[in-house]
Amino acid sequence: MSATTAMAEPRRDLRMAATLSRRRQRRNFVIKVFCILATVVGLVVLASILFTLLRLGIGGLKVTVFTHMTKPSGEDGGLLNPIVGSLIQTGIGAAIGTPIGIMVGTYLAEYAAKSVLGNAVRFVSDVLLSAPSILIGLFIYQLFVNGHGYSGIAGALSLAVIVIPIVVRTTEDMLRLIPVALREAAVALGAPKWKAIVLICYRAALDGIATGVLLAVARVAGETAPLLFTSLGNGNWSLDLTKPMASLPLAIYKYAGSPADDWVQLAWVGAMLITFGVLALNIVARVALRPRR
Amino acid sequence: MSTTMVETVEKAGIGPMTARSDAALHPARISIRGLDFFYGTNKALKSISLDLPEKQVTGMIGPSGCGKSTLLRVLNRMYDLYPNQRAIGEVLMDGENIIAPGMDLNQLRSRVGMVFQKPTPFPMSIYDNIAFGVKLHERLSKSAMDERVEWSLSRAALWEEVKDRLNASATGLSGGQQQRLCIARTIATRPEVILLDEPTSALDPISTLKIEELIDELKHEFTIAIVTHNMQQAARCADQVAFFFIGELIEAGPAAQMFTSPRQKRTQEYITGRFG
Repeated sequence: MSATTAMAEPRRDLRMAATLSRRRQRRNFVIKVFCILATVVGLVVLASILFTLLRLGIGGLKVTVFTHMTKPSGEDGGLLNPIVGSLIQTGIGAAIGTPIGIMVGTYLAEYAAKSVLGNAVRFVSDVLLSAPSILIGLFIYQLFVNGHGYSGIAGALSLAVIVIPIVVRTTEDMLRLIPVALREAAVALGAPKWKAIVLICYRAALDGIATGVLLAVARVAGETAPLLFTSLGNGNWSLDLTKPMASLPLAIYKYAGSPADDWVQLAWVGAMLITFGVLALNIVARVALRPRR
Repeated sequence: MSTTMVETVEKAGIGPMTARSDAALHPARISIRGLDFFYGTNKALKSISLDLPEKQVTGMIGPSGCGKSTLLRVLNRMYDLYPNQRAIGEVLMDGENIIAPGMDLNQLRSRVGMVFQKPTPFPMSIYDNIAFGVKLHERLSKSAMDERVEWSLSRAALWEEVKDRLNASATGLSGGQQQRLCIARTIATRPEVILLDEPTSALDPISTLKIEELIDELKHEFTIAIVTHNMQQAARCADQVAFFFIGELIEAGPAAQMFTSPRQKRTQEYITGRFG
């Protein structure tokens, strides 16, 4: 380092520093205002949705909603069969889609991170993630409904197909966030790879994976299109998975567009139930998964 | 600390040092013979031959990127996790070449434990952190497991601090406690060799001191290899010192000799902090 002799000592220009500092603070202020404005816009939209749901839905919330079947307009019908049908189909859809999604996500993160097959699977899964849900309904229709008739299980399967890529994505992302050191520490104790994944990585990524599953459940709980030509909807009480099955989104779809006021009212109640049901599920899961110290 | 900081030397550096241990080296527990290591096509270790004396501490020193940690990761075959890394040569333990294919890696790793630079507590309770490794290799009753947990935590000088909260999450411990937990977790599987990869570089001086005291205790039972960037630490802990430079083992010998009269000029310069 002998070349420094020809160079002047850098000098500190205090006036320039002050100018730059003021400019920095101005920019800081502008960006902060934009961020706050954007947040406010988002929150206002969200709050207005929730408020509208409450305003229009709460009036129709009666015990009969939970105890009566859907009935023709004017007969004091409820939403019992759509509620139960939604719970069944969403539950089965999540129960089928979650393990598959977690396993595929694990494969991508742990076994095929850079392989050609891994990249292909990741690409296909991402395409599926953004595929219009009506296409997924059509797919299941071709596969299971055509020739066999509409059924609850077909509806659940179409929901499972939507669940899979969401869970794949979050599982892979969450597993990749686990520090290499943690994996190595497990392996260094003599753990085979699968035990390091199942006993250590899953546990470390539990919050994230569970959040992904919840997101998926929330998404499919409100899906209408894939159910239209898979489980069709059913005006009567039916727990038979091989028969058409009612669901809340389909009931909302049917009622909201009808001219009958009591049906429109029930549609708002149904929308409110889905929204607050998903919200409650999220809150419960968050509390249950809160890291304990 | 017996390290003496003598008068300032003319060139920046930390000056001469003396090793605490003047023990003669024991017979080898692990013998490395003609070991080459590759990251892809990049040769990171060149024909290394080194003995790790039984129930003594070998300190591995050298500038960053010289291959110390790489060598450590050969000894428990950690590099096997990464497909483009490979080792050629011999690493003998009980007459068996542990880098040969067909070695039972999980069993090897239960015999050669490793503690990493950053503490890596598993996201579970303190008790389960210890039990995890033990359960991989043994079937213990609840009471035997309790005993093993207490034994290993006591050995790692952590028992007194955590005995009342064994079911608390390990991630709530301080950094120094976490690192001692990792050491406890490693010794709980009763390994024969313990590899320490810069175990104190993320810790404060008091935690560092505790871990160094611990190493002194542990060497009565285990053969230890420690990678360190801290020359004083090598002087305090090691019975044997090995100096690496750009993938080569420049010199290895008893600590006393390495610190007072190294054979190589580069060793002398590195140890006194004048390069590296």
